[in-house]
Formats: sequence, C-alpha cells, structure tokens
Amino acid sequence: MRMRTLEISVGAFMLAGVLALVAMAIKVSGLSPKSGGETYELHAYFDNAGSLKSRSKISMAGVTIGKVEKVTLDKNTYMAKVVMDIDQRIDNIPIDSTAAIVTAGLLGEQYISISIGGDEEYLRNGERFEDTQSALILEELIGKFLLGTVNKGE
Amino acid sequence: MKLDVLDRLAQLGQIGLGYLQSLGRSGIFLFLAIFSRAGFSNRGLLLIQQLYNVGVLSLIIVTVSGLFIGMVLGLQGYSILIRYGSEGAVGQLVALSLVRELGPVVTALLFAGRAGSALTAEIGLMKVTEQLSSMEMIGVDPLKRIVAPRFWAGVISLPLLTAIFNLVGILGGVMVGVDWLGIYEGSFWTGMQQSVDFVNDVGNGMVKSLVFGIVVTWIAVFQGYDAIPTSEGIGRATTRTVVYSSLAVLGLDFILTAVMFGEL
Repeated sequence: MRMRTLEISVGAFMLAGVLALVAMAIKVSGLSPKSGGETYELHAYFDNAGSLKSRSKISMAGVTIGKVEKVTLDKNTYMAKVVMDIDQRIDNIPIDSTAAIVTAGLLGEQYISISIGGDEEYLRNGERFEDTQSALILEELIGKFLLGTVNKGE
Repeated sequence: MKLDVLDRLAQLGQIGLGYLQSLGRSGIFLFLAIFSRAGFSNRGLLLIQQLYNVGVLSLIIVTVSGLFIGMVLGLQGYSILIRYGSEGAVGQLVALSLVRELGPVVTALLFAGRAGSALTAEIGLMKVTEQLSSMEMIGVDPLKRIVAPRFWAGVISLPLLTAIFNLVGILGGVMVGVDWLGIYEGSFWTGMQQSVDFVNDVGNGMVKSLVFGIVVTWIAVFQGYDAIPTSEGIGRATTRTVVYSSLAVLGLDFILTAVMFGEL
C-alpha cells in the first residue's frame, strides 16, 4: 500500500512538471496550436519595416486582429515584404485601407496598424495593401530635425 | 632551503594529481552507473522510490521559493519601470528572467542543497555501515542497485522541478503585478507572450536545467560513493557536494548563456 501512494505521488509530480511546461508554452510564450482555415493572408510592401518581426501584432482600431507571419526583402523592388495572418472573421477590410507600422509607446514594440478605407470592395486572401506607411526611424527623424534647424539658422 | 622548495612543489603536484585522479574516478563511475545494464527485475520500482525522494519531496521548497522570487521580481520591476511609465513590461521582465536564468539556476541550487546533500549523506552512510561492500559480497553491483536509480531520478526530476518553479514564479509575478499593483492584465500577458519564444527561451532554459541535473546529481552520488568512510568524512563529502555543485551550476550557467544567448 505504501508503494502505491508513492507511485501515485511520483505520477502526480511528473504530470505536474509536464503540465507546467505545457502551460508555459501556451500562456507564457504564446505558442498556440496553429489551426488552419481560421486566418487568411494579406501582403504589404514597406520602404522600411523597422524592427517589425514575425509574431508582431496587427491591430485595427486598437484591437488585435492578426499577426505578422514573416518579414522578407523583395529582391526586385528592394522593399520589405510583410506577410500577415488576419483573423478569418475580419473579412471586410476595404481594398484602399492603409497599413502603417507604428510603435507602441515611445520605446515599445512595433506593430502594424490598419486604417480603414472607404471602398466597397474587400481584400481577399493573398492580396496586398496598396497604401502603406513605413516605420518611423527615430534617428532619421532627429537627423532631419537637426538639419532643418541648422539650415534655418543660416 | 632548496629541498624545502622542491618539497613544496611536490606537495602542489600531489594535490593536483589527487584532483585529477578523483576527476577520472568520477568519470569512470558515471560511465559505469549509466551504461550498466541493471540485471534485476524491480528496477522501475527503485527508480520510482528515488523519484519520490529526490523529486516529490523537493516540491515544497521549489514552489515556495518560486512564488516568492516571482513576487519580488514583480515588485522590483514595477517600482523601477513605473518611473518610465512602462509598467506593462513587468510581465516580460518576470517571465524572461525566470525562464532564462533564475528558474534553472535557483532550482538547481535548491536541488543541490535539498536533494544532492541527502543523496551524498545516504550513500556515504551506506559505505560507512558497509552496506555497499556487503552488497558486492552477495553479488549485487551497488552501482546498478544504488547509484543508477538515484542518478536517473535526479536527471529526470530537475527539469520538471524547473518547469514548476518557472510557472509558479510567473504566477507570483502576476499576483503582485496585476492583482495588487494594478498593471493592466492585457499588456502584462501580451508583452510576455511577444517577448518569450518557446524554443529559444523556454527550451534553452530546459536544456540548462537538464545539464544542471546531470552535473548536480553526478557530483552528489560520486561524493557519497567516494567519501572517506567515517562520520567526519560524510560531513565533508556533504559539504563538498553543496559547494561543488553550486560552483559548477553558476559557472556552467555562464558558459551555457554565452553559447545560447550571447554573441561570444
């Protein structure tokens, strides 16, 4: 009987360890089983993708509606090609919508914010945003600002 | 005078050779313990018994320390990050520091103190009371019967304990940060999920704890097996277990971190 309680407690311990690992995978690292068919793909080309990376969020009106699948360089146009996974339920993004890379807070993560256009037609799977707005690079901005004031002073 | 210097030099050489010898012995010992085919039927039961001693009994100290460390991280992170208005990053801070560093290292240190010293004392006492030699007399290999189950139990337990430690610590951080200090729950969890990568952060932490498990248990069983069979010898061996394994864990942690996360 003593051996039995021992076995039970060891089994519970091992189960707890494995469950803790699973809980960390799902809750802490946000690893979710990818269920196909629930998202669709949209593309966008940016002059500069900044520090956008895969799994950055895509938001519309401040609500997360998808995530960045991957960021690659388009060899022909020298632009950053961003593939996004959008929630299947959000299937009414007008084709003249704007995708902009914005920063959460001053030093926060960069993510894509989608501003709605007015067209009656909606973006379908695999289509691209015509209107994009690149990431704001703080150094460039400061550079321009400094240059501007110097020129004014002359 | 010249002889004196030579004597000193010889002493130094003796010490060095002694260390090398014990290193070699422990290597052979580990090899034999791992690769010996255990030739008796209740091998599983022995392992379960040791998993209970080494793993289940360490659960309380591991969960309690994990909870408090997570809470302290949450509190400290909050008090600093609130100055920059980015208290949402507390989740990220707590999760990353626990999963990457504190979880594996602190659990291994606790494990060395709680389970490693017990293993050394147990095996050392078996040697003093000549249980090990009587086992050899009746044809049972103590390496298979005593050492191997304990070694495997340690190697299996430490990663599991680390996973539990990490989770409890993060929950402690959530408790302090979200429930008491009022950080917005959404930014807390999203920040955490965006910055923690399963393979690179959680996975590497687990690899670390597996390495620590091997090293700490190895040191513990070897020190017990190699102890001078007196009561004083057991005391020394137990101390050595804790000191050596702590040093090994901290040193190895730096090397592993440099390999996994650094650009060295």
